[in-house]
Amino acid sequence: MKVEAENKVDTSTQPKTGADLFVESLIKEGVDTLFGYPGGAVLPIYDALYKAQKSLNHVLSRHEQGSIHAAEGYARVSGKPGVVIATSGPGATNLVTGIADAMMDSLPLVIFTGQVARNVIGTDAFQEADVIGITTPITKHNYQVQSLSDLPKIIKEAFHIASTGRKGPVLVDIPKDISASLFEEVNDTDFHLPGYQPTTKPNPLQIKKLADALAKAKKPVLLAGAGVLHGGASTELKTFIEKHSLPITTTLLGLGSYPGEAELSLGMAGMHGTYAANTALYECDLLINIGARFDDRLTGNLAHFAPWATVAHIDIDPAEIGKNIETHIPIVADSKEALKALLSNTEESPDHQEWLTELKRFKQDYPLWYNNPKNEISPQWLIEAIHKVTKGDAIVTTDVGQHQMWAAQYYTFTKPDRWVTSGGLGTMGFGFPAAIGAQIAAPDETVVAIVGDGGFQMTLQELSILQEKGLPVKVIIVNNQALGMVRQWQESFYEKRYSESLLTTQPDFVKLAESYEIRGMKIDNQEDLIHALPEVFSYDGPVLLDCRVRKEENVYPMIAPGKGLNQMIGVKP
Amino acid sequence: MKRIIAATVQNRSGVLNRVTGLLQKRQFNIESISVGRTETEGVSRMTFVVEVADNQKLEQLMKQLNKQVDVLKVSDITDKAIVARELALIKVMSNGQVRNEIQGMIEPFRASVIDISKDSLTVQVTGKTDKIEALIDLLRPYGIKELARTGLTAFLRGHQPQVTELAPYSLLK
Repeated sequence: MKVEAENKVDTSTQPKTGADLFVESLIKEGVDTLFGYPGGAVLPIYDALYKAQKSLNHVLSRHEQGSIHAAEGYARVSGKPGVVIATSGPGATNLVTGIADAMMDSLPLVIFTGQVARNVIGTDAFQEADVIGITTPITKHNYQVQSLSDLPKIIKEAFHIASTGRKGPVLVDIPKDISASLFEEVNDTDFHLPGYQPTTKPNPLQIKKLADALAKAKKPVLLAGAGVLHGGASTELKTFIEKHSLPITTTLLGLGSYPGEAELSLGMAGMHGTYAANTALYECDLLINIGARFDDRLTGNLAHFAPWATVAHIDIDPAEIGKNIETHIPIVADSKEALKALLSNTEESPDHQEWLTELKRFKQDYPLWYNNPKNEISPQWLIEAIHKVTKGDAIVTTDVGQHQMWAAQYYTFTKPDRWVTSGGLGTMGFGFPAAIGAQIAAPDETVVAIVGDGGFQMTLQELSILQEKGLPVKVIIVNNQALGMVRQWQESFYEKRYSESLLTTQPDFVKLAESYEIRGMKIDNQEDLIHALPEVFSYDGPVLLDCRVRKEENVYPMIAPGKGLNQMIGVKP
Repeated sequence: MKRIIAATVQNRSGVLNRVTGLLQKRQFNIESISVGRTETEGVSRMTFVVEVADNQKLEQLMKQLNKQVDVLKVSDITDKAIVARELALIKVMSNGQVRNEIQGMIEPFRASVIDISKDSLTVQVTGKTDKIEALIDLLRPYGIKELARTGLTAFLRGHQPQVTELAPYSLLK
């Protein structure tokens, strides 16, 4: 009898709620994965998700920050918007770091937050926060849904805004009474956004100007930023570079846009960039920037940045052009469109053989270098070892700090979209959850989270996701028992007063991993590491490797704060 | 330098906060801002008077405003042929003795007295910023009890002279 009774409950005839409409809208947008955490104001939404388990894979984090960083990793690797759900008040405020991070690094996210019911908004109700007010400066756009009939249209707009133009996070705040209410009629979902019309095609006159400048240049250099990756323009970039034999450097976030081991690649530029890259930026007479925003960690002191160069800047965001650096040839366009136009409009290559020879000599004479005592593990050596075992083909995520710079310097990428790091905001605790999102986006790829012992402790609770979802993420802790970059700056600029930067009290990371039923290993010498690494990467499941490295190692070369590209310290003698 | 920026925006909740928050985040100084509806339903007009250091900063300001999804159009109308008006309400200390004196003084400004009490009167004046400032200066010696200004609102004149006809004159210089 009971069975019969259950059979009578046919969900399709149950009246639909706002939450059901929400789920339908997501499926229409092609969403299959959600990163989230339930709570009071999103109970109706989670009820609808329960019914839609077959079509939507919900990844439950253990802190909302974990959800959003995972969504960022997912977005960076898949190119699709990462979708996040959190409840009102604390759920939403816990997302703030990730939203700001995605805004700085132009990652497409669509974030849904629950809100208290409309009739109590503004009364300091339980778990109420002004999420729209809080997130306005750190989102590309945000919405509070005022009426259920607008919900499908808002969701459509949100996905459009997040994933077009300069990508970024869009937040939709949904009051609980809206997701709970029954709906009858939906407004038209066609939208028109007269204030949002990104320019994607370059102006032909500006392209011509750049072609002319290129033909005349004696010392050209190309700087590739994340815009090349966001625009999916790596193939076009490679063709363009090879067509004119242009030396190329990348920003931190642009790594992988051009094969790092190629002859024309100068490596990464900036504060911890290579001598060849920084010197090229300093001495060049034509600088072609595609999709980089001339961040201060790249440029150093502006007075010493490309002082003799004609600067061409290609960017999809017009506000980035001329923001930090005076630009002579501004081109507002999508990186792919601009490169296509350049490929078909640049006949003449520059005459720059001498410049290439000079740069080649810089590369040979002043490569990256480090101390490598055999009885310890130098962190740089560790990264090189990881590179070797993974054949340079893994998806690598990091936090911020020393380990991030070493990974950027020594893990040479040959393919695009394999490097997931927190560049602009510099967020500790980003790398590990981002690796989870990356692994979900690319289930068949090797994903390694290279994290510091400090950053990992900020989001390590997400080990639960690895356990729950059986994701084979490899976590390698570059453990120097310190906030390494803070310690390095205290050593260099604060006379070795190591104020609160030494993390000598730590959990036993191996036991920690094991408590989540994850394989844990601890290694402190080169020989063991050489044996362990192939095992780590061939193991069919997640592994956490606590790798004890030389504590006193610093990141070099370096442009000290306030100094210019031509004032590097720590270059190979 | 002082610039007059006119923007049309979608009249959606939070749009004023978006715009002023943006200006604050990018460290622009707003001298005045006025907002109101326009001839088109759902579209509002904002007029800002801002102090910017140089042209590069001005360009940034315009671009950042333009980037907002709810901002439809932004223009720097400082050097164009424009009509620009501001309204000020000035409550001045006055007893019977000076009342007539003040009345006479404000007349050339085409200002009017809109409220009188035993010991004060309120003047309403409309016009360009410099005119309003001139009147305030004149009234100051009598003792200003309260002052409220709407901020400048402005738009382009119906006819824009060709560039060659434009005198090198700017309203706010």
